[in-house]
Amino acid sequence: MIPARFDYLRADSLEEACQALASDEDAKVLAGGQSLLPLLRLRLSYPTTLVDIGRLPGLSGVEDRGDHVHIGAMTTHDEVMRSPVVNAACPLVAMATATVADPAVRHRGTFGGSLAHGDPAGDLPAVVLALDGVFVARSERGERDIPAAEFFVDYLESSLRPGEILAGVRIPKLGEGWGYHYEKFHRTAQAWAIVGVAAAVKRSNGAIQEARVGLTNMGSTPLRARAVEAALRGVEVGEQVRPACEAAAEGTSPPADLHAQPDYRRHLAKVLTYRAIGKAAGAP
Amino acid sequence: MTELDAGLVGEQIAESGQVAEPSGRREIGRARRRKEDARLLTGHTRWTDNLQQPGMVQVMFLRSPMAHARITRVDVSAARELPGVLAAFSGRDFADEQGSLPCAWPVSEDIVIPDHPPMAVSEVRYVGEAVACVVATDRYRAADALEAVEVDYEPLPAVMDMHDALTPDSPKVHESGNKAFSTTITSGDVEAAFRDAPVLIDRTYIQQRLIPSAMEPRAVLASTDGDTFTLWSSTQIPHVLRVMLAVTTGIPEHRLRVIAPDVGGGFGSKLQVTAEEVLCLLLTRRLGRPVKWSESRSEGNLTVHHGRDQIQHVRLAAEADGRIRGLRVELLADMGAYLMLVTPGVPMLGASMFNGIYKMDAYEFACTGVFTTKMPTDAYRGAGRPEATYAIERVMDELAAELGIDPLEARRRNWIRHDEFPYTTVSGLTYDSGNYEAATERAMALFGYDKLRAEQADRRDRGDPVQLGIGVSTYTEMCGLAPSRLLGMANYGAGGWEHGSVRMLPTGKVEVITGTSPHGQGHVTSWSQIAADALGVPFDDITVLHGDTAVAHKGMDTYGSRSLVIGGVAVLQACEKVKDKARKLAAHLLECSPDDLEFEAGAFKVRGTGASKTIQELAFAAFTAHDLPEGVEARLDSDATFDPDNYSFPHGTHLCAVEVDTETGMVKIRSYVAVDDVGKVVNPLIVEGQVHGGIAQGVAQALFEEAVYDADGNLLTATMADYLLPSAADLPAFTTDRTETPSTGNPLGVKGVGEAGTIASTPAVVNAVVDALRPRGVRDVQMPCTPERVWRAVQGTRGGERS
Repeated sequence: MIPARFDYLRADSLEEACQALASDEDAKVLAGGQSLLPLLRLRLSYPTTLVDIGRLPGLSGVEDRGDHVHIGAMTTHDEVMRSPVVNAACPLVAMATATVADPAVRHRGTFGGSLAHGDPAGDLPAVVLALDGVFVARSERGERDIPAAEFFVDYLESSLRPGEILAGVRIPKLGEGWGYHYEKFHRTAQAWAIVGVAAAVKRSNGAIQEARVGLTNMGSTPLRARAVEAALRGVEVGEQVRPACEAAAEGTSPPADLHAQPDYRRHLAKVLTYRAIGKAAGAP
Repeated sequence: MTELDAGLVGEQIAESGQVAEPSGRREIGRARRRKEDARLLTGHTRWTDNLQQPGMVQVMFLRSPMAHARITRVDVSAARELPGVLAAFSGRDFADEQGSLPCAWPVSEDIVIPDHPPMAVSEVRYVGEAVACVVATDRYRAADALEAVEVDYEPLPAVMDMHDALTPDSPKVHESGNKAFSTTITSGDVEAAFRDAPVLIDRTYIQQRLIPSAMEPRAVLASTDGDTFTLWSSTQIPHVLRVMLAVTTGIPEHRLRVIAPDVGGGFGSKLQVTAEEVLCLLLTRRLGRPVKWSESRSEGNLTVHHGRDQIQHVRLAAEADGRIRGLRVELLADMGAYLMLVTPGVPMLGASMFNGIYKMDAYEFACTGVFTTKMPTDAYRGAGRPEATYAIERVMDELAAELGIDPLEARRRNWIRHDEFPYTTVSGLTYDSGNYEAATERAMALFGYDKLRAEQADRRDRGDPVQLGIGVSTYTEMCGLAPSRLLGMANYGAGGWEHGSVRMLPTGKVEVITGTSPHGQGHVTSWSQIAADALGVPFDDITVLHGDTAVAHKGMDTYGSRSLVIGGVAVLQACEKVKDKARKLAAHLLECSPDDLEFEAGAFKVRGTGASKTIQELAFAAFTAHDLPEGVEARLDSDATFDPDNYSFPHGTHLCAVEVDTETGMVKIRSYVAVDDVGKVVNPLIVEGQVHGGIAQGVAQALFEEAVYDADGNLLTATMADYLLPSAADLPAFTTDRTETPSTGNPLGVKGVGEAGTIASTPAVVNAVVDALRPRGVRDVQMPCTPERVWRAVQGTRGGERS
């Protein structure tokens, strides 16, 4: 890889890293590098300084904090998908993480890095959005909570401010009675999702009490399929699920690329939502 | 100087344990693990990019962002001023010495071979064409300096579509126009075959453009001592390259050494004389420093020659019972912007193969080569034969559908029976041997053909959203490129022989020198097996040297499934000559007639007595030369050049079952059975590897890979995020087996296996996809059969043709 020239700072403390980022708008955080390095390689990004946060203490690891799980930003995908806490308390995160790229990428790429990158084709943003996760941003001024619904602003753009670093994410525990599924549609195992659907469903007496649906790659940001969520409320698990899922593409503006045109993506969103809901609801 | 006691040294060698015992087993046919692997897999490798030379510098090329433009200004002065930069040049700086990249295959009288400067001087004709270069102390500085080179372009219209390119008012790629060549081959009375034919099939298929993706990207290193030049290149063809570079650059052949060190795959993409090879030589001549170039993967996707890219119009006339009367093929072949080494020859390699394994009375092949403003195409695994096989195997399924019979039955009614070989086909080739019935029967049994057909019927009846499709491909291919006589008739610029030599070393070890240039095929192992059997020496006592024109001085290199069929036979013949010499020496030492000697397990034995001499003893006796018979030289070393009389024709039956999700368009391969007949097998493990890799590559064309240019000529698939290669995770476990019908054209009975899997598998997979959807009126899905294309075919909209 032959990137353009940049300076490199290995931060010893979060404060130092925040300071470096605050003082230079064109500085970039280097976490696992799995999204940033390809951009550097293609010379699509010309940062002045890479602020390496790889050795900062306290940014990595998964913690059970009672009503939520805290996932440190620098926790690798591999750690996340193997974490007993994640698998027990928020299995949807583990399921989606297991579909990210390939083992090599999952050993270097980080949970926080992939979210802060804000790629709507990434698998994790839709999941955290569906689970109403809370992003914890740190800066010289202290800590700030950003609800997932406010975090993803536009394509590759988050609401992190200059000088802010994503320190971790809080994933609320949904409690008993929930089922989960991440339905990823892609052409090869390592390829991005053409469309992905993250579903969490709470069943009660054979009916859907509540459903959460996040959509991957159906717009410039990850999206919630709110119309589906509303339509599913109270629906018996069975024949009525499919019509409810017909609303999956409402309010989306899916991209056109080599793998899919928007009309095909809208169609896929409906089919995949139906499948994801079915699996999350434990339907046969 | 100590006097050498020959007897003592000989004993020492024998007692040192260095001479391993021959195993007594035949080596040919053994699934030997490859000698190459331990070194390659543990990183003890010599890829061109790993090589270092004192004073070495790096060159990088600035590449055109325009598909077609006049170059009005190139200013490299700012780049020259940057730190670490030694030199920067435009194409004009080399205009007088860079010559034109060669095309060795003028396939027709009317062919136009345009000037192809390694670095563009006045006009660029594809995105990625080199317009300037920077030489710096390292690649980082060179890459930075490239950004300081200024080029002004005057845009010209891109020419992207072959049909449009041939219209009279199309913009021209070259002044001479957009037609590179046209040619027609006719056999039999085609008009009569089609007149009043009870069954007519008329189809058009698109062979999409592919990007060869060898594991090792290309790299070149050139150096000179002021007198001689050495070029290391990640090439399949060091010998051909040396000749062509001598002709192109004017560096006399005897002062140019070409080395292909470890080469990590080629698939035809390294069967080329590249701009970068020529320019590295010219740069080292101008600068007096070793100059290296290494491509990035994205640079490679733009500038490695591409493969396929044909539009095939195929018409087949048949009797009511399905017997084929005649076949007409009209081909448009996209040459890209220039004719490279064998660009126009690729469609012609398929010209005689569209009739496949089938008997018919008449055949017509018409091909037009078309210039477009894209990267030139050239050989890619199979080169012309996968395209031909795809067309005929697709059309055979259409014939079956038309008649309402099983696709295998349509084939049975037309194929050459095993008792009809050797068989001269309608296109004039003589197939040496084969048994299509046996391979098909075996494949059907392994596949569970009838059971899967039953499941297919059941899913159709139930209206299952996931439909099952079964695809058939009963392919043959033309291997062992090529008999020199036939190449001469085809106006190819070289012969097709191969050279092998054997050096018997004093200690009884053996050096085999081959003119083939392995880059993943395992020749070191297979040639060792051939020599071990022929000479009776242990497998481990043999080394194989290759890929360096100073070591392996004669050769025609590796491509076209030729290495074993021609090069392996040359090694065998050289071994036989060694044995002839050894026999004379043994007879002399054992004081008997050569006719009284029998050769067994590496030793000449006097019939009826216990007296014998091992070949190792004889090698040492030849080395000491103390007691040689009259007229025998002090060596057993021998060489041989083999030129076959005919091609060889492997064949096989591949069966593929796919599940097509009609709601999403996703195609999943459920099972895949390949029964190949590649003649005699030297190393079953290597054959298995070739078949697996070949199938993967053919499946990739069917389902995944496509080089996509936009209307302006920009390559949209320059990275592997956009150009999809399947990995093991995307492929099923293949079931493979073999039948064995020896070739009659060479003493090993071998046929070649390098391209078989790729040639066979593409139509098997697409036939399966179409088979799954045929009840819905689908009869074609354009490759690659992406989920979106399949879904649209199901919807009856774009991307799939409906009847």
